[in-house]
Amino acid sequence: MPLSNKERMKIPRQQMPEQLPLVRNKNFSEVNLGLTEELARMEAERCIQCPKPTCINGCPVGIKIKDFIKLISDGQFAEASAKIKEDNMLPAICGRVCPQEEQCESLCIVGKKGEPVAIGRLERFVADYERENKLGKLPEVKAKTGKKIAVIGSGPAGLSCAGDLIQMGHDVTVFEALHDLGGVLIYGIPEFRLPKEIVRLEIESLQKLGVDFQPNAVIGLTDTVDELMEQGYAAVFIAVGAGLPYFLNIPGENFNGVYSSNEFLTRVNLMKAYKFPDMTTPVFDCRGKNVAVFGGGNTAMDAVRTAKRLGAENAYIVYRRSDAEMPARKEEIHHAKDEGIVFNYLANPLEFLGDENGWLKGVSLQKMELGEPDASGRRRPIPIAGSEYVLDIDMAVIAIGNGSNPIIRQTTPDLNFNKWGNILVDQNSMKTNKPGVFAGGDIVTGGATVILAMGAGRTAAKAINEYVLGLSNTAS
Amino acid sequence: MYRIISAEFIAPNIKRFEIEAPKIAKKRQAGQFVIIRVNETGERIPLTIADSNTELGTISIIVQGIGKTTLELNQLNSGDFIRDVVGPLGKASHIENFGTAVSIGGGVGTAIAYPTAVALKNAGNYTISIIGGRSKDFVILEDELKKASDEVFVTTDDGSYGIKGFVTQQLQALIDSGREIDFVLAIGPIPMMKAVAETTRPYGIKTVVSLNPIMVDGTGMCGGCRAIVDNKTVFVCVDGPEFDAHKVDFLTLERRNKIYNVEEAAAREHICNYDKMYTNELNK
Repeated sequence: MPLSNKERMKIPRQQMPEQLPLVRNKNFSEVNLGLTEELARMEAERCIQCPKPTCINGCPVGIKIKDFIKLISDGQFAEASAKIKEDNMLPAICGRVCPQEEQCESLCIVGKKGEPVAIGRLERFVADYERENKLGKLPEVKAKTGKKIAVIGSGPAGLSCAGDLIQMGHDVTVFEALHDLGGVLIYGIPEFRLPKEIVRLEIESLQKLGVDFQPNAVIGLTDTVDELMEQGYAAVFIAVGAGLPYFLNIPGENFNGVYSSNEFLTRVNLMKAYKFPDMTTPVFDCRGKNVAVFGGGNTAMDAVRTAKRLGAENAYIVYRRSDAEMPARKEEIHHAKDEGIVFNYLANPLEFLGDENGWLKGVSLQKMELGEPDASGRRRPIPIAGSEYVLDIDMAVIAIGNGSNPIIRQTTPDLNFNKWGNILVDQNSMKTNKPGVFAGGDIVTGGATVILAMGAGRTAAKAINEYVLGLSNTAS
Repeated sequence: MYRIISAEFIAPNIKRFEIEAPKIAKKRQAGQFVIIRVNETGERIPLTIADSNTELGTISIIVQGIGKTTLELNQLNSGDFIRDVVGPLGKASHIENFGTAVSIGGGVGTAIAYPTAVALKNAGNYTISIIGGRSKDFVILEDELKKASDEVFVTTDDGSYGIKGFVTQQLQALIDSGREIDFVLAIGPIPMMKAVAETTRPYGIKTVVSLNPIMVDGTGMCGGCRAIVDNKTVFVCVDGPEFDAHKVDFLTLERRNKIYNVEEAAAREHICNYDKMYTNELNK
């Protein structure tokens, strides 16, 4: 006897099993353990299957949410996964890292009266179930078109674009600057939020479909975009990401122990410095030390929680606004607080202090208060005169955002960029001003989310397909 | 995987490799480098491209075995593979016909200066090379530089070969003898590059050095290689590696290179027995 809506809405949101905070803050294993089948089915029952679902409007790629949830209720997990994959090819990743609370779940009708349906956790459950039970079927690949496409970057935008193009029958080569594949999925997001094995398996599926991955290829240096086109690539998709670290530009920023978040996370996530000396790359020895991470986004949360796991005695977030303005996912902030991260709000760094050998010893901070909203819509931080104080720290991580790496811009002079180094594109096709060249992901938007990058990759694949088959006119 | 075509020691602990890397061979210019990773657990390190052969599709690197990675690399031989090689990275040397150009190499720095010395000669400069080494065994590429230079001077700290003294003393002697020097390139240990900069500063001679910070990605995305030049922060991997010697903050470079001294010593412990292999090989 199916439940009535009233009964469904009485079911509480199921708790995600997680490692205990004081255990997990010493290891790099995944924090969230995943819903069990029982919990997943219970959670799926909470969905009232709205005739006109609003949740889908919140999804950047339009996943057929109520349909896949219904399939979970019916115990058809493999079918649920296939349903998601009609619109999102990396559900194991998105189910873990999407800010659902700002997307689909924020528009859930059930959420108006109580807690929204845990759409993200259900997506993850389905993807994990399929993987763990080896139920995934490789999608069909259309007849070969004889066209070859170059994708630059193996992060979420590049992977989703490559995945669609290969299924359309084109030959696809993905060029990656690093020695390992996955982009920000492997160097930026820590193991405890996104296990690298999951990324590896997704890439392996693409390889099985025929995508050719070439690591150690820095487009702009090893080959330029123009050279790729001369080599016969009918189109190029630039998905190189936001790979330029922003620094605070305050005195002392070059003392030993001050890192950009990119360097700190790359050493730990990509080069696995937490396994030193079994892995050769070292990272600052945080054991018993005081570490401060500057910033309030997901990257800052990742960095500070990583420092804690590396043994930091005190791991601080230093943020110039207050809790309400922090852009990081609420879940990550919550996890961080449980793990013992100390949040210093309304504090702005003025200067890093070092000892006589150039090692970081502290940071001079200034207290802030909040005034009127600025251009971002958040309340502007205003310094309080005479409020300077020193926080003793041994290591600092600057996690205030990333800009665009200039290599492509410097070596493709006829490509149009805005003043921040982002590539200008037509929003509906991801076309740039250069014929045959498309772009998407963080290189276009500035640092954003995995799901937005994936959406851009899919939009571009569609437009590239039309372009190379001569189905559209070339004017953008 | 990048195949090693040839590998031979050219001095104690200094090995020259020819590696199959056709794309890099085709693109590289003097002054550029590659980042290599020896194996799956390895770290990423920068090494200057000493030479290349576009027909064979190979690049040459010259490696001094100091820490775990370079010592491990120097155990590899022809037919072995290096896991990852990426490049060409960095800005190419700025080459023009300056007039009289002096290239100074200290120890393995000579290998790094070599390609730029060749480029300077090809651009029409009257080229003088000064090669410095601790002792005779550590003087490298003398024959190659003789072919690429109009004059070559060799100095050794202990006087076992060439002139006894430092490269800076030889440089000063040239200046004192009234030679008009328009450009100096100096590559070697930081104290040596610093000393050359101070030698040429009073005369306002344009002097360029190649910096050797620790690097991770080598493409400007992490900032680990940052140095201070002209009181501004630069990323050596994309803004350099060559800079105006008179504007470089060598102290910060020296300090930042010590960040992992403790970890590097611990890693080296594991291979302290391998140096016996080199001595044996050199003595063959």
